[in-house]
Amino acid sequence: MLKTIGDRILTTIPALIGVVLVSFLLTRVLPGDTAAYFAGPAATPQAIAEVKAKLGLDKPLPEQFAKYVVDLAHGDLGQSLTTGQPVLADLTSRLPASAELTLFGLILSLVIAIPLGVVAAVRQGSAVDHICRVVVTAGVSLPVFFTGLILVYVFYFILQWSPAPLGRIDVFATTPPTVTGFYLIDSLVVGDYEAFRSALSQMLLPGVTLAIFSLAPIARITRASMISALSAEFTRTAKASGLSPRRVIVTYALRNALLPVVTTLGMVFSFLLGANVLVEKVFAWPGVGSYAVEALIASDFAPVQGFVLAMAIIYVVLNLLIDLAYGVIDPRVRMSS
Amino acid sequence: MKRRDFLKSTVATAAVSAGGVPAPAIWSSAKAQSRAETLLIVSESGPNNLDIHGVGTNVPGYEASWNCYDRLISHEMKEGPNGVPYYDRDKFKPELAEDMNVGDMSATFKLKKNAVFHDGTPVTAKDVKWSLDRAVTVGGFPTFQMKAGSLEKPEQFVVVDDRTIRVDFIRKDRLTIPDLAVIVPCVVNSELVKKHATAEDPWGLEYTKQNVAGSGAYKIAKWTPGVDVTFERNEAWTGGPMPKVRRVIWRVVPSAGNRRALLERGDADISYDLPNKDFVELKNDGKLSIVSTPYSNGIQYIGMNVTKPPFDNVKVRQAVAYALPYQKIMDAVMFGLSKPMFGAAADAPTEVAWPQAHKYNTDLAKARQLLAEAGYPNGFETTISFDLGFAGINEPLCVLAQESLQQIGVKTTINKVPGANWRTELNKKEMPLFTNVFSGWLDYPEYFFFWCYDGQNSVFNTMSYQNPAMDKLIAGARAAAATGDKPTYDKDVRGFVDLAFADAPRVPLFQPYVNVAMQKNVSGYQYWFHRRLDYRALVKA
Amino acid sequence: MSAPAAADGAPSGQQRPKGRFAETLSHARHIIGENPVTGLSFALFALLLLCAVFGPLLSPYDPLASDTVAALKPPSAHHWFGTDQLGRDILSRVLVATRLDMLIAILSVALVFFAGGLAGVAGVAAGFFGGWTDRIVGRVSDTIMAFPLFVLAMGIVAALGNTVTNIVITTAIINFPLYTRIVRAEANVRRNAGYVLAARLTGNSDTRIALTTILPNILPIMVVQMSLTMGYAILNAAGLSFIGLGVRPPAAEWGIMVAEGSAFIVSGEWWIALFPGLALMLAVFCFNLVGDGLRDIVDPLRRT
Repeated sequence: MLKTIGDRILTTIPALIGVVLVSFLLTRVLPGDTAAYFAGPAATPQAIAEVKAKLGLDKPLPEQFAKYVVDLAHGDLGQSLTTGQPVLADLTSRLPASAELTLFGLILSLVIAIPLGVVAAVRQGSAVDHICRVVVTAGVSLPVFFTGLILVYVFYFILQWSPAPLGRIDVFATTPPTVTGFYLIDSLVVGDYEAFRSALSQMLLPGVTLAIFSLAPIARITRASMISALSAEFTRTAKASGLSPRRVIVTYALRNALLPVVTTLGMVFSFLLGANVLVEKVFAWPGVGSYAVEALIASDFAPVQGFVLAMAIIYVVLNLLIDLAYGVIDPRVRMSS
Repeated sequence: MKRRDFLKSTVATAAVSAGGVPAPAIWSSAKAQSRAETLLIVSESGPNNLDIHGVGTNVPGYEASWNCYDRLISHEMKEGPNGVPYYDRDKFKPELAEDMNVGDMSATFKLKKNAVFHDGTPVTAKDVKWSLDRAVTVGGFPTFQMKAGSLEKPEQFVVVDDRTIRVDFIRKDRLTIPDLAVIVPCVVNSELVKKHATAEDPWGLEYTKQNVAGSGAYKIAKWTPGVDVTFERNEAWTGGPMPKVRRVIWRVVPSAGNRRALLERGDADISYDLPNKDFVELKNDGKLSIVSTPYSNGIQYIGMNVTKPPFDNVKVRQAVAYALPYQKIMDAVMFGLSKPMFGAAADAPTEVAWPQAHKYNTDLAKARQLLAEAGYPNGFETTISFDLGFAGINEPLCVLAQESLQQIGVKTTINKVPGANWRTELNKKEMPLFTNVFSGWLDYPEYFFFWCYDGQNSVFNTMSYQNPAMDKLIAGARAAAATGDKPTYDKDVRGFVDLAFADAPRVPLFQPYVNVAMQKNVSGYQYWFHRRLDYRALVKA
Repeated sequence: MSAPAAADGAPSGQQRPKGRFAETLSHARHIIGENPVTGLSFALFALLLLCAVFGPLLSPYDPLASDTVAALKPPSAHHWFGTDQLGRDILSRVLVATRLDMLIAILSVALVFFAGGLAGVAGVAAGFFGGWTDRIVGRVSDTIMAFPLFVLAMGIVAALGNTVTNIVITTAIINFPLYTRIVRAEANVRRNAGYVLAARLTGNSDTRIALTTILPNILPIMVVQMSLTMGYAILNAAGLSFIGLGVRPPAAEWGIMVAEGSAFIVSGEWWIALFPGLALMLAVFCFNLVGDGLRDIVDPLRRT
């Protein structure tokens, strides 16, 4: 097992090298001129050249790349010119915010989507099936920023149920001490229920926005694979041998149907991290997504590279976990590997 | 099993709080006290550097510097055009200095006895000199701004004694004293910063980027870049009357809709960057106080690059000036919240002032005729560019301009330039047709023209306009201003305004307003040349 | 569009070739009869295509003509969907935008389906054979996939410039790994399935097995993916518009219109964002449901 994991990690190295190279090149072909931006509104060409030299942007590309890789090896992701902080510090302080929100949205989504998918598959062709399809499809058909704005308008502005969309926690509430960086967990750890309530109510609207968006892929795949599982030989055999329908659905069909669901989870997570970028912008969420967008718009290379690398590592780890989960859910894969 | 239970309970709690949170619970009673003493500002973006001398400090950073650092002198207030306190261009008051003596070729400042920095060390003439030296040598924007007032060399700043500093003039320039009251010549705690200076960073910019080393009315209690800044009042401030607001929280809320909702719901106290339409509606609504003040010395304009055919032809430029949909822009883009800079009466005399309205108006027949005279009876094709950072105004403006120009045969493609590239593009001077805003901190016509129309072709002369007659008039006005020769000054200012309108390399559209929306219990807003908020005067009842 | 796709997807070699097309048609009719949502979605799809072709003829006003006197007017008899900030008729803009949006969706999906189809076959072989092909296809799609997709899209559009072509290319690139990965995962499960082993025993070559036995079984999932991708293509363009990197003004495009209108929601001008938002939603909605319907039609398991 350990060797399998080791091999799997080794195979991710080419992808990581690709990511480092592509992200470096991409940020260098961006049309923005960082030097001109930071040389100030009245910069002369000479002043711009000075800033350029200061930032090391006058060197040839391979040299810049070599320096970048050396810095990376030392854990130095460079400085963000937009926030003025080291990128690594920015990322570590913001990553928990994004991770907490994305996981919250994903969990909300799973809790709703898997039962929906199962019901739709079991009652295939019924009104319930059609309603499920229509609902989840409607959810994914809305741009997330639009959903977010509408939720804010309805639940904050009109109904006044939700708190102001001002980030992770009430402006005047005390932030829980950092244990995991997840406010929901940290506040429970220290028993600060006021902070927990505040953090949860802040997370609800952005979480729901993300969940609405991700219902569809999960429910669809659950339904699709449940249908094939239900019509498969082994389910028919189980049914024929007189097992209760509940047992057939849960033990036989669902267990087999979960494989494509798990595969999709990795992609859904990746989609959610993308959607996060826009949701974070709408809800003033201090996560890495909004950070990367602002940096990209300001042609601030270092944060974009740092963000991409961090996401790549998360993605690789996530896929590793999914691969391992594969083996647990589908014995066929385990046996063959 | 456990995990499933956890999921269930999370969702259950979520459902409860979704339905059950009553509106006023946003501020729990325990926090009501601190809420009453705290001013919550919301804006689109926050500072990236707390020091205006820093490399690439953004405009929100200027606001932090203004409130956390002191200058030798500042401006008095007068009543502005809308009854709101407005900085008095011509009257100065002491801030760190208790006394200012302006001689023929120098000015002497005596520092307040009890002035101390945030760390308790006294403010000395040495600190002032170090700070002004820093401003004129550090390069970039601060150095450029100092130069605008003929403050160019460290030798100009002389320590007379521990509490006295003299600023020597290298030439007579009426902008020198005003330039000492802008944000840049702030006084920095030199001993503190030197401790953090390195060989590569002799001015300690890395330290002051993150830390305030000043003596200003506010200290920074907490700064999360890109998220919020918390300011605490400096109880030992000597620069002026003690500010009323104990704590200021400045929160970044990128969505304009959310900023408006926060204000309308009473959660935020003040915001100054909302779309014009929101300001108009909030004003009509009457629940908030809205203050609109025209930008001092600023206009939004359509510029034409005079080195790029066909805009090298004055008739083409005039045709464009006659084809622009001025009133439509005022109505649909600005929602009436700006001062028109077009359509002055044909017999209106040119004033000794800037900005002022020109005499062009939307007249397509005249535009077509001028275009035909210029040799383009069927029009031509070109590109109109704008800064995406201000898309809220620029995009509809360009769409309207495009539609109107189409009617005289000028086909344009709209080119959105991301904010980061805008300066690069301006610097290249390649864009044939564009819209842009320029506004000068120092409110003098010759200052505006020196940067925007002079043949030295600075970055703000976005049209690459070079005309010896213009240069002569600008130089004449500058010289006359320095010596106080009013008749010559008036003649030259009228001269360059007339020439700018006749040659039309840039066509002013309107003078934008600074709009601020506040809760009714917030008062004390003052208009400053830098257009940002001065927390020191604000009051929350 | 549905019929040829269905015909391609039918498993070959096992059933009598004669009358397969007719059979598919009757099967399609059966599915649509059984599933009203699918029928509705096909009708909607036809409507969208109609709007895409005839939109400019149907629109009551010039979609680009401003009328500042009539700006920001709510829906009325003159302007069914109201007017926007510049007084442009929203109904006309929504209608005309159909063509551009369908173009973005269809072109980018066609591009990725073609590219993904090539890689898909390689992917099938890869999933089937294992070994070095598996590694190469896997690593390439891993590399693309490891990027946060939306930020990658932003980066590419920012680097290449915001034209329709670049939005199409970008959308195709970010969707590429979805196709290859799904194919790999599915093929991986099926490589030891009974019918594959049977085909191998009867002496078929590996490539033939990949093309004739495994691919048809995977195609339904790819079709489901294709329908989803059409939707994401439009949503992706809308997201790019929201941050200012979308199609150039004054072109009418749903995403930009929603982005423009979103600034007006809080002040009560809901119609500016709502109608293009609804059109956007309907289109994405329709693509998804059509995909579902297609899946039902081409699914070999349901045909027996």
